[in-house]
Amino acid sequence: MTRRRRSYEGVAVAVPVTVPYVRYSIRSAHWFIGRAIAALIDESGIAKDAIDGLCLSSFTLAPDTAVGVTQHLGLAPRWLDHVPTGGASGVMCLRRAARAVQAGDADIVACVGADTNHVDSFRQSLGSFSDFARDATWPYGSGGPNAIFAFITAHYMRTYGATREDFGRLCVDQRSNALGNPHAMFKKPLTMPEYLDARAIADPIHLFDCVMPCAGAEAFLVMSEERARDLGLAHVVVHGAIERHNAYADDPIFFRGGWRVDRDDLYAQAGIAPSALDFVQTYDDYPVIAMIQFEDLGFCDKGEGPAFVRAHTMTSDGTFPNNTSGGQLSAGQAGAAGGFLGMVEAVRQLTDDAGPRTVPNASLGLVSGFGMVTYDRCLCTGAVILGRAS
Amino acid sequence: MTSPVMKTTANTTTRTTTHTTTAPVTAAIDKPRRKNPVLRTRQINLPPGARGRVALGFTAAAAEGRFALQACERCAAVQYPPREACHRCLSTELTWRDQPDGGHLVCTTTLRHSNDLFFRERLPWRLGLVRLDAGPTVMVHLHGEVGGEPGRIRVGARIDRAGMAVLIGYPEQGSAHMADDRMLREMTSDPRFRKVLVTDGKSAVGQAIVRAFVEAGADLVWVGHAEPWKKLGGLDDIGALPQVTLVPLDLTDGRSVTELAGEIAGKVDIVVNNAEVHRTFGIAARRGTDVARAEMDINYFGLLRLAQEFGPALKGRSADGLASATAWVNLLSIYALSSFPTHGTFSASKAAAYSLSQCLRAEMRPAGIRVVNVFPGPIDDDWNQHVPPPKLAPIALANAIVKALRDGVEDVYPGDVAQEWLARWRDNPKVLERELAGEG
Repeated sequence: MTRRRRSYEGVAVAVPVTVPYVRYSIRSAHWFIGRAIAALIDESGIAKDAIDGLCLSSFTLAPDTAVGVTQHLGLAPRWLDHVPTGGASGVMCLRRAARAVQAGDADIVACVGADTNHVDSFRQSLGSFSDFARDATWPYGSGGPNAIFAFITAHYMRTYGATREDFGRLCVDQRSNALGNPHAMFKKPLTMPEYLDARAIADPIHLFDCVMPCAGAEAFLVMSEERARDLGLAHVVVHGAIERHNAYADDPIFFRGGWRVDRDDLYAQAGIAPSALDFVQTYDDYPVIAMIQFEDLGFCDKGEGPAFVRAHTMTSDGTFPNNTSGGQLSAGQAGAAGGFLGMVEAVRQLTDDAGPRTVPNASLGLVSGFGMVTYDRCLCTGAVILGRAS
Repeated sequence: MTSPVMKTTANTTTRTTTHTTTAPVTAAIDKPRRKNPVLRTRQINLPPGARGRVALGFTAAAAEGRFALQACERCAAVQYPPREACHRCLSTELTWRDQPDGGHLVCTTTLRHSNDLFFRERLPWRLGLVRLDAGPTVMVHLHGEVGGEPGRIRVGARIDRAGMAVLIGYPEQGSAHMADDRMLREMTSDPRFRKVLVTDGKSAVGQAIVRAFVEAGADLVWVGHAEPWKKLGGLDDIGALPQVTLVPLDLTDGRSVTELAGEIAGKVDIVVNNAEVHRTFGIAARRGTDVARAEMDINYFGLLRLAQEFGPALKGRSADGLASATAWVNLLSIYALSSFPTHGTFSASKAAAYSLSQCLRAEMRPAGIRVVNVFPGPIDDDWNQHVPPPKLAPIALANAIVKALRDGVEDVYPGDVAQEWLARWRDNPKVLERELAGEG
């Protein structure tokens, strides 16, 4: 029998910051990481030297890693990690940072997801994204993730009877949430007819099923609850967290993710049922993936995603608030910062910092991540349950 | 809403009919119209050609027309994409092994947008995800006759315009004109409606090649003949075919090659260099170097002269519409792999030509022109009079060349002897060298 793992008790997540997104930037990733860490320092009032841990996620930093960033920004942390799990990196940076704090390897860890976006960098990163992409998907039409997720969406629609309107509900509600988020790239409402009439990208994926690549950063600090209280920082606590890689590898096509393997563990750690959650921040690279998370995280059974979105409103004031910042579909996808978006938003929600998009009386929220399409699916899944500090 | 399958029929070069339940049947392509000389000739953009070293094993098999995937010697798992270790048992004993071509079409999509220029110029582009009977799930380019998912499908490997192997999903039962599929025509070098230069029409092999190209629907066949005053049988019959134009061409004469190139190089879509000199000597059987020099002058330097004049012209027209320049065929010999001592100087000239042909292939690749090397065993002609059967009939050799172009194959070893020598050479080239020495 495996040894029971230690809980995440005593860990605080604080100081959610966003470096405003821009569609294209002439700056490098280092610039965005620098702005993010400066914002963490400004908002928290702590000294730069007090940050003794750095956990970083970025696609566009190459050939540098977190190592080069320490010299670039004049940091001397005693704990360092570089987490290359893209859309799952927010959850995974938090897990690693939390353990470092609990173990005493670091006192205050800056977790940063940041990327730049030059006019041609998205195309270039797709072709060299992974060995498998270079050898076995990019030469086939060079559609990038759009082609892969078109397969996944088409298969899901055929198998479970989802319609484009079902995905439209998700997207329209997220856009409504985005209108309350000053950082969101999209500033206008999205109507269902606009969603349905958008131009086709890779059938059945249309324009508003795709995220807009952009440049920007999201970041937060991880420290002990005690430290957060001493510093007078609004913070949230961690009730449970899971991750999994390359789950269900024998499935011919992706229709369920690693969350399903570990969800019982997640809710057992938190001591709650899914129904106790006040909001979710799902990973929304494509709306079908958000729907699959509703199923695999236990809000409904497999195949009931379409009925679930028909039965709920997913706005911040709705019956099932989802991606209250607008998610990547409406806020934009700033590379690896997309994997931090839900985490930063959840901390804002649970520290009364979400302005007009506040979920009323929220005390528990779930953030999930999904990252890295190396071949025919994303490999990394993770989720965390955050709660209001007592 | 229109289904994805229906949408794929928006296609400018292949007229298709659609039904709600079955896939569209490929319509035969029409002969391309004369192009407007005022318009710029489109230049090629290649599809992505980067591959890891391990993945090149897939291309190596496809170059011979085989569909092979990595199989684990220890646990027999078949895997894709290619890896450095078995994903099941971690063994590194992985072999590229031919696989059954059946599979289950899991889903399809039609790209309306691509990040790559090659595909952007060819949208919409249809793709499928297939669960192979052999095990792995693979992404494929879809033939237009493949219907909607789910259903059975055949999968094969083809060399694409970048010279790299890709997987193609074919209908289980293809129609008569399935080779005219817009996507498939990009991957192959079908002679139909194309203009061909055959460098020597005097030999039995050359005449068989000309007839094979005429039968395959070539629009025009220029047939070279050196020393026109020397009459040989059969040339008049060939010249009487309406598609054929006889042209003076002497590969030993640089000026002759240049003059012909000036007239026709800008129109040729396929070059078939079949001109060769074949004498049956080793080293000691004939004094002096005159015969060996004559072999080299045609078999090696002839190729070099031809490639210098015609190569650049082909490269400039590799995206010139439906009947673009597409391929270069070299008639080599299985003796190019290992010397057949009784035909020693001929073997050496073919080995030199093979090496030069590899160079030509590398230089033509950026333009997407395919170089096809043909390695026959002994051909049933005068110069192999003393070689015992089986010998390759000229017509069989000609048909093998046309088939290679239609199938997009890069290396062809036609006939039983060539196949057997290839197998022996692959097994152990040193052993083959000893065996061939014994046969001399």
